[in-house]
Amino acid sequence: MTYEFDFGAVLGYWPLLLQGTLTTLRLTLFSTVFGILIGAFCALVKTGGPQWARTIVGLYVEFIRNTPLLIQSYFLIFGIASMGLRLPILVGATIALTVNIGAYTTEIVRAGIESIHRGQLEAAECLGLSKVQTYLHIIIRPALERVYPALASQYVLLMLASSILSSVGVEELFGMSNRIQSDTFRNFEVFVVLGILYLILAVVVRAGFSLLGLALFPRRRKLGTSL
Amino acid sequence: MNSAFIISLLQGLLGTVILSILTFIFGGILGFLIALARISPVAVISRGTGVYIEILQGMPLLVLMGLCFYGPGIFGYDSLSPLQAATFALTLYSSAYLGEIWRGCLQSVAKPQWEAAECLGIGRWHRMRHVILPQALRIATPPTVGFMVQIIKNTSIASLVVGYAELSYNAKIINNSTFQPFLYFGIAALMYFAVCYPLSVQSRVLERKLNVANR
Repeated sequence: MTYEFDFGAVLGYWPLLLQGTLTTLRLTLFSTVFGILIGAFCALVKTGGPQWARTIVGLYVEFIRNTPLLIQSYFLIFGIASMGLRLPILVGATIALTVNIGAYTTEIVRAGIESIHRGQLEAAECLGLSKVQTYLHIIIRPALERVYPALASQYVLLMLASSILSSVGVEELFGMSNRIQSDTFRNFEVFVVLGILYLILAVVVRAGFSLLGLALFPRRRKLGTSL
Repeated sequence: MNSAFIISLLQGLLGTVILSILTFIFGGILGFLIALARISPVAVISRGTGVYIEILQGMPLLVLMGLCFYGPGIFGYDSLSPLQAATFALTLYSSAYLGEIWRGCLQSVAKPQWEAAECLGIGRWHRMRHVILPQALRIATPPTVGFMVQIIKNTSIASLVVGYAELSYNAKIINNSTFQPFLYFGIAALMYFAVCYPLSVQSRVLERKLNVANR
C-alpha cells in the first residue's frame, strides 16, 4: 500500500493558514513589547532595587524558568476564567506569554546590566546626569545593545512556543491545524505545511530583529560590529 | 482536595520523568554524533548537519511531534505508541540543541591542544577520546545540566498532539472534573519546579566552579 500525498487539500485552506500566521505574529509582537518592558524593569530592580523587591523578582524568574509554559498558561488562563473574569482569549494568551517571556528577558537583560563597567556610572555621575538619564542612556541602552542577539533568539523561540497556546483555544497558526485536519484527514500533510510555514516565519522574525537592531543601535552600525 | 487526584498527579510526574530520561539518553547519543558531524572536516557532512539543526530549531516542537506521530504510518511502518512518538520527536529536537551546545564545547578546547595531539602522532580517535573529550566534558557539564531542565519542561506538550499521559495531561483531566485550576495546576507547577529547580541550581554551581578553575 502506498500513500498518496495530497498537499492541495491542505493548501486549499490558505485563508485559514494566513489568518493563523497573522495571529501568531500579533501574539509574538505584543508579548515581545510587553516582555521587554517587564524584563528591563525587573532587571533594574534585580541589580539595583531594595532587597525585598529583589527577592520577589528572583522568585518570579526562578518559578517561571523552572515550570513549563503549558502549565503556566493553564494556570493563568483557566484560573482567570474560574474567577469569573471574561477576557478575550487573545488577551489571556498575551498575558501568559508575556509573564513567561518577561522572566527570560529579565535574566538576559540583567546579564547585560552587570556587564556595564563601573567607570561608566562614575563618568555619568561626574557629568551630572540625573538618575533617570543614567538609567536610560548609560545602563539600559548599552545593556540591551550588548545582549541584543541573545534577546532576538529568545524571541524567535517565543514565536515558536506560542504554538503551545493552541491548547487553550487560541486560533494561531498551529491552532488552525486542528480545523484543517478534521476537515481533510490529511494529518501528515498538515504538519509538513505547518513546519515549512514556521521555518519561513522563523527566518522572517530573525530578519526583522536584525533590521530593528540596525535601526535601534546606530553606534554599533557605525562601528561595523555584527548584531 | 482529593487524595486520588494527588496520586494521579504523581503518576503523571512519573510519566514525565520516564519520557525525560528516555529523551536525554537518546537525544544525548544523537546529539553527540551531531556535534562530531558538525565539526567534521568534510564540508558535506558539517553543512548537512548545519541544515538539520536549522530546520529542527526553526519549527515548534508540536509540529515535530505531529510529523513523528503520523509520519511512520504513512511511510509504511507500524504506527508508534504515544510514548515512542513523543520520545522520537523529543530526541530529534534535543539532539539539535545538544549538538550545538556540545559543538561549542568541543571547539572551545584550545586549538593548540588539537595541534599538539596531531604533532605527537596521536590518531584522530585517540585525540578525541583522550585529549579533547576530557577537557570538553568539563566545559559541557553546566550547559548540559541546564538543558535537562528544558527537556523536562518540553515533555509537558507530549500530551497535546501525541496523547502521552504525563503530568500536564493528568492535571488538565483533573481540572476538567473539578474546575479548580489554581489548586491543581498550582500543584502540578510545584511538582515541575521540584524536579527542575535543583537541576538549575546544580548547573549554576557547576558553572561557578568551572570559572574558579579558569581564573
